[in-house]
Amino acid sequence: MNFPILSSLILLPIIGALFLFFTKDKEGNNLTAKYVALFTTIVNFLISIYLWIAFEQSTSNFQFIEDRIWIEGFINYKVGIDGISILFVILTTFITPLCVISVNNSVKNRLRDFLIAILIMESFMIGVFCALDLVVFYLFFEAGLIPMFLIIGIWGGTRRVYSAFKFFLYTLLGSVLMLVAIISIYWITGTTDVVRLYEIGIDVKYQNLLWLAFFSSFAVKTPMWPVHTWLPDAHVEAPTAGSVLLAAILLKMAGYGFIRFSLGLFPVASETFTPLIYVLSVIAIIFTSLIALMQEDMKKLIAYSSVAHMGFVTLGIFTLQQQGIEGSIIQMISHGLVSAALFLTVGVVYDRMHSRLISTYGGLVSVIPKYSILFMIFALASLGLPGTSGFIGEFLILMGAFKDNFLVAVIASLGVILGAAYMLWLYKRVVFGKLINEDLKKIVDLNRSEYFVLSCLAAPILFYGFYPDPLINTIEVSVSDLISMHETNLASK
Amino acid sequence: MELSIIFLPLIASIISGFFGRYIGDRNSEILTSALVSISALLSIHVLYQVIVNQYEENIVIATWINSGSLDVNWSMLIDPLSAVMLVVVTSVSALVHIYSIGYMSHDPHKPRFMAYLSLFTFAMLMLVTSDNFIQLFFGWEGVGLCSYFLIGFWFKKESANAAAIKAFVVNRVGDFGFALGIFLIFYLFGTVNYSEVFQQIPTVVDKNLSFLGFEVKAIDLVCLLLFIGAMGKSAQILLHTWLPDAMEGPTPVSALIHAATMVTAGVFLVVRCSPIYEYSPLILNFITIVGMTTAFFAATVALVQTDIKKIIAYSTCSQLGYMFFAAGVGAYNVAMFHLFTHAFFKALLFLGSGSVIHAFKDEQNINNMGGVWKKLPYTYVLMIIGTLALTGFPFLSGFYSKDAIIEFAYLKGNTTGYYAAGVGIITAFLTSIYSWRLIFKTFHGEYNNKNIKIEETHESPIVMLLPLFILSIGAVFAGFLFKDLFIGHSDNIFWAESIKFLNPLSTEHPPLWFLLLTPCLVLLSIPIAYYLFVRNKNLPNDIASINKPLYNFLVNKWYFDELYEVLFIKSSKKIGLFLWKFCDGTIIDGFGPDGISSFIKKCSIKASKFQSGFIYQYAFIMLVGFSAFLTFLIVK
Repeated sequence: MNFPILSSLILLPIIGALFLFFTKDKEGNNLTAKYVALFTTIVNFLISIYLWIAFEQSTSNFQFIEDRIWIEGFINYKVGIDGISILFVILTTFITPLCVISVNNSVKNRLRDFLIAILIMESFMIGVFCALDLVVFYLFFEAGLIPMFLIIGIWGGTRRVYSAFKFFLYTLLGSVLMLVAIISIYWITGTTDVVRLYEIGIDVKYQNLLWLAFFSSFAVKTPMWPVHTWLPDAHVEAPTAGSVLLAAILLKMAGYGFIRFSLGLFPVASETFTPLIYVLSVIAIIFTSLIALMQEDMKKLIAYSSVAHMGFVTLGIFTLQQQGIEGSIIQMISHGLVSAALFLTVGVVYDRMHSRLISTYGGLVSVIPKYSILFMIFALASLGLPGTSGFIGEFLILMGAFKDNFLVAVIASLGVILGAAYMLWLYKRVVFGKLINEDLKKIVDLNRSEYFVLSCLAAPILFYGFYPDPLINTIEVSVSDLISMHETNLASK
Repeated sequence: MELSIIFLPLIASIISGFFGRYIGDRNSEILTSALVSISALLSIHVLYQVIVNQYEENIVIATWINSGSLDVNWSMLIDPLSAVMLVVVTSVSALVHIYSIGYMSHDPHKPRFMAYLSLFTFAMLMLVTSDNFIQLFFGWEGVGLCSYFLIGFWFKKESANAAAIKAFVVNRVGDFGFALGIFLIFYLFGTVNYSEVFQQIPTVVDKNLSFLGFEVKAIDLVCLLLFIGAMGKSAQILLHTWLPDAMEGPTPVSALIHAATMVTAGVFLVVRCSPIYEYSPLILNFITIVGMTTAFFAATVALVQTDIKKIIAYSTCSQLGYMFFAAGVGAYNVAMFHLFTHAFFKALLFLGSGSVIHAFKDEQNINNMGGVWKKLPYTYVLMIIGTLALTGFPFLSGFYSKDAIIEFAYLKGNTTGYYAAGVGIITAFLTSIYSWRLIFKTFHGEYNNKNIKIEETHESPIVMLLPLFILSIGAVFAGFLFKDLFIGHSDNIFWAESIKFLNPLSTEHPPLWFLLLTPCLVLLSIPIAYYLFVRNKNLPNDIASINKPLYNFLVNKWYFDELYEVLFIKSSKKIGLFLWKFCDGTIIDGFGPDGISSFIKKCSIKASKFQSGFIYQYAFIMLVGFSAFLTFLIVK
């Protein structure tokens, strides 16, 4: 067996966290802790880049597989990646160091503990995207909630306890059903190994219930309408780094889950429930865009826009068209970058002014031009302007959807108009206009670390907008094989 | 070399935008103007090659999106159509760049302004040289973005910001249709490249689609959706509301984007897709009607506006209507010809009005001007040339193109054609009236400005007049010189494959009286306008006060803005608020997490009452329970 590269990706942050655990916590800006966390996450990022280089694009088989017996005859610790999961792993390892860098301003106390939470979360997230055994997946999937729950509950704003519990209740409720479903799958087929399950398939008569159980968990995490109301609250209360991780990575677990498990394991049920997904996605896109239009709190606005964007993702996945699914994956990656960037930009002014209300601001461009330019890039990416990664995702999704169902594509496209409206209106009220608030005159532009972090996010957003080939080539074979597998499954049943 | 036409403006934009503060205002101005001018010269060279050597090329720059069967490249397609557009875009752009050096001389953000202008030029070039619909869409949204930036350039002005957002969002409504059109094309043909799509057109002519229970011809739907995009970008009626507001931007922007180039993108799209439109007579008729209605509507509104730029903006809207109805009657080459000549004289008029505004220190109301023709002699003469060209004064450029449109509409020979020709003639007369009204009110009569003295008004510097002069040459000669090439009988040789005519255009001539009608009306309108707006100034006011409802209807631009405000803006805000507070708040949270948690809380409070801690209560309960149990046993 080769070097266990995926396990080391998963374990490294935990080792870093353990290391931090044994250092002494200091008041204020704990530089040692930061350096340790930063070092760990950067090494992890480099490993994942190596992974991408070593990754063989021409096959849809799982690669870098590790298979160890955990509980004899029941659970194997099995991890591996294919074209679909590798991008999410890289997204995770890319966003986390940026979070660590950006953390210094938003978290005032217990910095060391905060970093431990972030590192542990990184481990679990990577675990989610690598897991090839349902139980292992479930464990990572649920364990990821705990650090997030703590981040909101301990370092959050004034209503942090309410938000943390709302977040926890919602997500846990869905997950319980998924656990039941996983156990049932074991009883039905005798294995929880995903690759084996792909081969043997699951009897059609069980599929609908199992699909619904998985759906209840994924729908909450996506979040889909109408189980989305935890997200705005969680975002508003979470500290900036928490919001970034939540929006950029946590939400993607569900989209990934839909592709890997709902489509892969329950092809017939997926076909049955496609109308349900379409309806909920379209409602999410239109309703939450309208709601976003009316928000007075910047973070809430971005949170609602996230729901709308994830609506596009779920829509694209269930079109079962090459363009639709590839668009969804790119949209997830893009949304990971863009929403992270938008939360960071809000964080920047929040750190200075301690207000998230749009009405506090106005006229920022004349005092902090650098900030305004970067904010503009992210706003444009969010509304899906061609030349940004947001466009590629949205356009491919709608193209796929159009092939499958005219009406859905038409209604979903309306969301593109609303997206422009709320994003530009937000930008206008915050950045343009006259500088009325006297306190704003003293506001300072981006410092070096903020500038660095935001540029790191802007670069891939623009690059992949003009040249998405590296992303598409990575996922192409896996997606097309997924679709053909789905079709043969449907045909045989 | 061809690629540098596209990329020089981009380079200029990047340098000026990111390094403008290091290289200085003057250097960024010179650099951007120089690079765009080089690009313009190269474009002229390319057009020359196309005319003389029938040069055509499709350069692939790089792959862009490559997903499944979708295969999109960054590319540069040079054919007669794109070569003409290249020249229009780059030459007007270069002149506007130069003009801006003078016009923006007092502005603190010059490098940023120049960077936007150059970026716009780049996006527009990407649009016209694309060989597929998606790159076209890239350029399409790109020019929209630059337009957004430039309309809102004076970001402190609330009205400018509002206008910028309005422009972007209304355009997005059009883009919504356009994007759906692209999806439909991909669905039907499995490709988005022009050449492959156009080849397959005959195979789908008879295909029907059912949508919401309606059976529609696939090709009609494609054409309609693409045209919705064109309506947004080219400010046709219903989606026109952004264009007059867009005049909040600096005047050079209005000349470049909102007169000569971006707004003509819709016309370009229809002409580019002529191989598709030729198979859809239904939508061609629809285009004719929309174009004609817009031409008439905008001309009526322009009659009563008082803002010098808004008059010209409505005039642009109206002229775009002409271009569309030319395309609608199948005379795509005439539409392109009018687009070409219009670029010169409309840019001239805009830049001329900018010169006037400059002279009056940012006054735009024509009621506050007048009597300055001696003070601004060059501007005056150049504006007169522009006006003559616009109104179609014999032998100036507008005469050839506009009259050709009306003639072809007449020659079409069907009801829409005659109707369009009739409305076209009336509109030409209105055009002439409002254009001369603008000239007379601005330059003749008494001096009406209270803020600055007549002595303080001044002629513009040479850097502003030079571009005006060059444009005026175009406005005078472009029609005469290019008539044979664009719409002469040798047209098919020049346009080659880039424009498709299913049935060749009629080569007959309309009767002589018809040919003379428009020029006569145009000539007649000059004394009428002079009488109304210089001699007997009370007459227009009297007419207005007698027909108060009509006048208000026109002044308020047919109440489109008010209607949209109620229909779309207010209602979507209300719906948003309702969904947020009621659906999310009261229903989902109320019955969801909050409801459940408060329910559980209530239950547990009730339950905790049982644990009171008093022995006698427990004993009592036990007793009651025990006796109930006993009773149950006995009764059973």
